[in-house]
Amino acid sequence: MEKRVFFRDPVLPYLLVAPQIVITVVFFLWPSYQALESALYVEDAFGFSRQFVGLDNFRAIFADKVYLRAFGVTLVFGLSVTVLTMALSLGLAVAADRVLRASTAYRTFLIWPYAVAPAIAGVLWYFMMNPTIGIVAYWIEALSGTEWNHYVNGNQALILVIIAATWKQISYNFLFFLAGLQSIPRALVEAAAIDRAGPARRFWTIIFPLLAPTTFFLLVVNLVYAFFDTFSLIDATTNGGPANATSTLVVKVYQSGFVGQDYGASAAQSVVLMVIVMAMTVLQFRYIDRRVNY
Amino acid sequence: MVENRPLARALTHFALIMGVFFLCFPVWMAVVASTHPADALSRAPIPLWFGNQAWENYSTVLSGGIAAAGGVPVGQMLWNSAIMALAVSFGKIAISLLSAFAVVYFRFPLRMVFFWMIFITLMLPVEVRILPTYDVMVNLQLLNTWGGLIVPLVASATATFLFRQFFLTIPDELVEAARIDRAGPMRFFWDILLPLSRTNIAAIFIILFIFGWNQYLWPLIITTDESLYTVVMGIRRMMNAGEALPVWNLIMATAVLAMLPPVMVVLAMQRLFVKGLVESEK
Repeated sequence: MEKRVFFRDPVLPYLLVAPQIVITVVFFLWPSYQALESALYVEDAFGFSRQFVGLDNFRAIFADKVYLRAFGVTLVFGLSVTVLTMALSLGLAVAADRVLRASTAYRTFLIWPYAVAPAIAGVLWYFMMNPTIGIVAYWIEALSGTEWNHYVNGNQALILVIIAATWKQISYNFLFFLAGLQSIPRALVEAAAIDRAGPARRFWTIIFPLLAPTTFFLLVVNLVYAFFDTFSLIDATTNGGPANATSTLVVKVYQSGFVGQDYGASAAQSVVLMVIVMAMTVLQFRYIDRRVNY
Repeated sequence: MVENRPLARALTHFALIMGVFFLCFPVWMAVVASTHPADALSRAPIPLWFGNQAWENYSTVLSGGIAAAGGVPVGQMLWNSAIMALAVSFGKIAISLLSAFAVVYFRFPLRMVFFWMIFITLMLPVEVRILPTYDVMVNLQLLNTWGGLIVPLVASATATFLFRQFFLTIPDELVEAARIDRAGPMRFFWDILLPLSRTNIAAIFIILFIFGWNQYLWPLIITTDESLYTVVMGIRRMMNAGEALPVWNLIMATAVLAMLPPVMVVLAMQRLFVKGLVESEK
């Protein structure tokens, strides 16, 4: 879509876009190009000289067991957060859509965690599940007898960050699902009810298919969130441990780069992340037209 | 609800109440823990109701911070977070309005190149270009400066697209009318476009303020100077304060203070927030 009527000026439009473009080039495009380039070089320990090595850095990271483990952790973490978040928030949105009058009141109580920083969400759950004093850890041990100690048990640490990441993301999904549900014409649901389709039948044959665009959009958003935005949550709590059990790709790239000072490996990991995020963005924008109009 | 089923109705409310409980309980526990002395939180089960140390705990963290974590006052961190969040959101809005205006209302060579350059930034979050961006900051001597903390975050593809979408819905007759009255492009921008964009600006401001307030990785790599610490990043130091056990009552007081401003913004401006969230993702 383009405007038919516009202004003409030889200089002004360039001045208008200049601040945005300068920041984009200096802090986004140039560093990204640097990452691409240095992924192909090996630098000596002092940074004085470097040598072209082609794809050796990529071969090295994909031969590294710790890195491959991070891939696995990222997948388990990303899929768990996405599935849990979407299932819970779809359930809540369907419920909130059914209670017409009270839905605004419930909405108020359900949307505010959106504003909580992922790092703070992590800290809250880290406190609740602390092995010595955490109330939830205490309940788990009292009810099931399982000993809860995420400081030594890697699986429990992963469960901890999955719960915290899900908790933080439910509000966002809930709002989009609710908006999607409210845009479905009531007449469709009522017509099905007249034909004696029960609530479950109506949900799976009418409501759920009509929500498909929202669901798809949220799927991509949640995966991007789980892959990239949860660095702070993990870094502030488990810090990738114990024994790399919660070390996702983004945690790994930070640790190789800033803690390990390994320029080539960090750059190669950056490139892998770039490919992932590009694929996600393209997916999201390819299907954006098919989304529900709110 | 289409038909009247009392059992289904009760179940619906039950599910919603469970959801509200799941979301609110961690914050309840944080607020409760922040009102107790440290030794009340040293053994399980910890209290579920408020203690009487709220004033002491909050005044300690606000003015003195946590000694084992360097004793940076949380009051100062909150102030830094506020400056950063406000500067980032105003900056993003200002430069996005300008670039959306240029892209929509002008025809000039390289217009689409600029548009795609802005679009590509969506695919380059700081996590994927972390080390080279840090090098740029070192070379420009922006480490430990307000400029370094704020300026690189000010580019915004999301806000630019939102304003572009909105400008495209504004009738062309307004431009024609402005031209007949011999108003130049900047006059049109100030007197017509900006007033019309007020609601959209307010809606996106809420989203951007939360974004700015909740920054973590960027302040973590850019600041080592304690006087520039922001609260969301600063809480990390309290969690990993070396050998010392975490001082939970003070950490939770800090967490409550760190959550309060963005949560209040969302609750106070709920309608605008929902609009901003749903529209900026379109």
